[in-house]
Amino acid sequence: MTATTEINNIISKENLVYKKTDVLLDNEMHYCPGCTHGVIHKVIAEVIEEMDIQDKTIGVSPVGCSVLAYNYLDIDWQQAAHGRAPALATATSRLMPDKYVFTYQGDGDLASIGCAEIMHACNRGENIVVVFVNNAIYGMTGGQMAPTTLEGQVTATSPYGRDCATTGFPMKMSEMVSLLPGTRFVTRQSAETAGAVRKLKKAIRKGFENTREKKGLSFIEIVGTCSSGWKLSPTQSNEWMKENMFPYYPLGTLKDE
Amino acid sequence: MAKFKGAIVVDTEKCKGCGLCVVSCPTAVIELARGVNGKGYHYAHMANPDACIGCSSCGLVCPDTVITVYRAKAS
Repeated sequence: MTATTEINNIISKENLVYKKTDVLLDNEMHYCPGCTHGVIHKVIAEVIEEMDIQDKTIGVSPVGCSVLAYNYLDIDWQQAAHGRAPALATATSRLMPDKYVFTYQGDGDLASIGCAEIMHACNRGENIVVVFVNNAIYGMTGGQMAPTTLEGQVTATSPYGRDCATTGFPMKMSEMVSLLPGTRFVTRQSAETAGAVRKLKKAIRKGFENTREKKGLSFIEIVGTCSSGWKLSPTQSNEWMKENMFPYYPLGTLKDE
Repeated sequence: MAKFKGAIVVDTEKCKGCGLCVVSCPTAVIELARGVNGKGYHYAHMANPDACIGCSSCGLVCPDTVITVYRAKAS
């Protein structure tokens, strides 16, 4: 048997172990090559498929690169004004308590302009899931400094590196919201390896299960990469993230009640 | 010898050639092609198909979900 026929024999329906979930639409993602958003979209879609909640899930997309998330996940979506996704999600979950409402926000959206909204939504303990993608930069607008940008990190608006004396320190959002009594589950994950993706999937599933049990707000931070903003290749970005982001934004679950 | 034989199918036209699957593969099966797809990206392909064990690592880390993974017991 030649190698090609052997491969053709393996490629059959009964041997299928991993394929694109049907919750993800066939539209080609507009994200740059290697963008963590793609992985996170996929993981959310897989969790929705596994829990069979496709017709009961409402996503709230932010302003940022992931503003077009409604093109990729086959669920109901709303698009919020910049930073106001938790406010919109609050209204949605209160009006439709049987739905699974989640917001999908980047660090520019959640930690900067939407800082007030997320703090108060967490403090009220709304029954929603917050997916927070932290890549330490404003990706869509061209790589400007974000509140989560690391000290000394070079961006378009901090060409000599972030100077904490004038611009403050990188914000640790997960640590901040974990102190609020309204949050039930606060975790920080990443998505650079297969193991990390599996852990992230568990965390997102736990978030949606908390929504089902009406437990309150689940805050899932994902430390991600922005290879275009960081001016690195996707694989170099992952290495840079491990070296620089993980020491300041340590992975793990901060709160699970 | 590995207990399982695997194979992947890459949707080459949708692949953006980021190379994350290449570094995630534990058995160094995947490489970026010399040729390019319609968008000009060096797409991923199975350069060393005999070593594939069908672990799905490449599929899990692929941001554009272009990889389908198959696995069969080794004969």
